[in-house]
Amino acid sequence: MITAEQKPIDEIREMITPFKRILALGCGSCVSECAAGGEKETGALASALRMACKIEGKEVVIGEKTLDRQCVKDFVIELEDIINNYDAILSLGCGAGVQTIADIFPEIPVIPALNTDFLGETKDQGYWIENCIGCGDCMLFYFGGVCPLARCSKQLLNGPCGGAVQGRCEADPETPCAWQLIIDRLTFFNALNRLETIYPPKDWSKKQGRGPRKIIREDQQK
Amino acid sequence: MKDISLLKRILDKGEFAVTAECGPPKGADPDAVIKKAVLMKGKVDSINVTDNQNAVVHMSSMAACILLKTEGIDPVLQMVVRDRNRIALQSDIIGASAIGIRNILCLSGDHQGFGNQPQALGVFDLDSVQFIQAVKNMRDKGRIIGGDPLSKSPELFIGAAANPFADPLSFRVVRLAKKIAAGAEFIQTQCIYDLERFIQWMDMVSERGLTDKVYILGGVTPLKSPAMARYMNEKVSGVSIPQDVIKRMEGVFKKKQREEGIAICVETIQRLKEIKGVSGVHIMAIEWEETVGEIVERAGLLPRPI
Repeated sequence: MITAEQKPIDEIREMITPFKRILALGCGSCVSECAAGGEKETGALASALRMACKIEGKEVVIGEKTLDRQCVKDFVIELEDIINNYDAILSLGCGAGVQTIADIFPEIPVIPALNTDFLGETKDQGYWIENCIGCGDCMLFYFGGVCPLARCSKQLLNGPCGGAVQGRCEADPETPCAWQLIIDRLTFFNALNRLETIYPPKDWSKKQGRGPRKIIREDQQK
Repeated sequence: MKDISLLKRILDKGEFAVTAECGPPKGADPDAVIKKAVLMKGKVDSINVTDNQNAVVHMSSMAACILLKTEGIDPVLQMVVRDRNRIALQSDIIGASAIGIRNILCLSGDHQGFGNQPQALGVFDLDSVQFIQAVKNMRDKGRIIGGDPLSKSPELFIGAAANPFADPLSFRVVRLAKKIAAGAEFIQTQCIYDLERFIQWMDMVSERGLTDKVYILGGVTPLKSPAMARYMNEKVSGVSIPQDVIKRMEGVFKKKQREEGIAICVETIQRLKEIKGVSGVHIMAIEWEETVGEIVERAGLLPRPI
C-alpha cells in the first residue's frame, strides 16, 4: 500500500490561513490502513484545527468527509454536491489523491495534509517498511524475493558492498543488509548460483518515464 | 612510456607494487595536493586519489589527479557511482583517459548519509560491478553502454576494491570473482589488521583460481593512537581491528604510539610480501603522508624499480 504521515500541524495551519470554509477530506484506502488519513484521522485533524482557530479567534468552518478512494474519479465526483460550500479542500489523501481532486475540481485549491512516503508493507502494528520502489521491471525472482533496489541502501544489483558486517547495513545498522537476506534465502533454496551472474545495468526508463508513467489498457476501456 | 600506467608496468614485471593514497583538500588549494605528491614521490609507484571520501565534499578526484600528473606521478583515479549516473561516469572515463590518467579504481562509494551532504540524492544508477564492466567495454570494445561506438577508446588499467573483513566471508570471494569477470585487473583491499582473516580470505581467493587473474594489493593504514584504532574498529564501516592490535597500541607510552603504529604497519607489509598471490601494498596514511616514505623504506621496498 501507499504509506503516508500527517504533516506537522503548524505547516497545515499556515497553508490554510487564507481560507474560511475548509473541507477536511479523508481517504478510506491505503492512508486509512496506515492510520494517516482515514475517517478517524480526518476527524481528529478537523477537531484540532477547529480548536486552534477558536483559540486564535478566527471564524473558520471546517467540514469533514471521507471518500472511499481519493485517487479514483468515480469516488471523487461524490463531492460535486457539497464542494460549493467550501473555499478550499484539505486532503488527507496521498499525493495521487490530492491531484485527482485538483484535476476534477480545478476551481478549488487542494491543500495536502499528508507527506506521502512509500510503497510499503505493514511489518507490525504501527510499523511500516518500504520494500518496493515500483521500478516497472520486477526482479524479485532472481533475488529470492528480497528487492535490492528497495532494501539495499546503495541499490546494488551485484552486492553486497564492503560495509556489511554481521548482516547489518553500514548506512543504518538498524536495518538488515538486504544482500545478507538475499544470500540466506538463495542458500536455503539452493539457488545461490543465481548470484554468479553479473546483473546488467537497470533500465531506469521503466521507473523514470518522460514525465509521468502511464498504463493504458484498451481492454479495460469502455 | 608516459602514456602507459606505471602501476601496470610494475605489476606486469612481477615487482611488488607500492601505492599510496592522497585525499584531496576541502578547498580549491592546489598546493595541498602538490605537497602530498612531493612527500611521496619516488617512494611509491602510483598515488590513488579518493573521490569525495566519506561522502564529504572535497576537490574532485579528477582535478587532483591532474595536479599529481604535473608532478610526474602516476595517479589512480577513484570514481564512485554514488554521485554520477551512467552518462556522467562514461563521460568522465573518456575525459580521464584523454588527459592521460591511466588507472581507475571503480567503487560504490560511502553512503551519502555519512557525509556533510546528507540531503543529497544518492545516484547509484550503476553498481561498482556494472561500472567496471562499462569501463572494460569502453576500453576493449570501444563501445559505451547500449553499444554506441567511441571515436577513440580510453586506455585505463582497471581496479576495484575488496573487503576481506566484511560479511558473509564465503560470498566475498564470489563477489570478487564477479568484479574480475567484469574486468577488474587489480584489487585494493580494505585495511588489513587481522592477518589471520586476510590469509583465510586469500586461501579462498587462490582456491578459486583468482590470484592468477588479478593483482591483489593489500591495504594498510598506520595507526596513530589507540583511540584511532578503537574508532576505526567501531565506526569505520568494513574495518576490523583485532583486540591484540588495539592492546599493543595501548601498551606503549603516548610519545611512542605513532612509532608503534608505523612498526605494526611495517610488520604487516612484511607479512603480506610473504603471502602467495599478494602483488603489492596500498598504503592509506590518512593525513599522515609524511610517514609513507619511512614505512616503504623500513619494509625494504626502496628503491622503487622504475
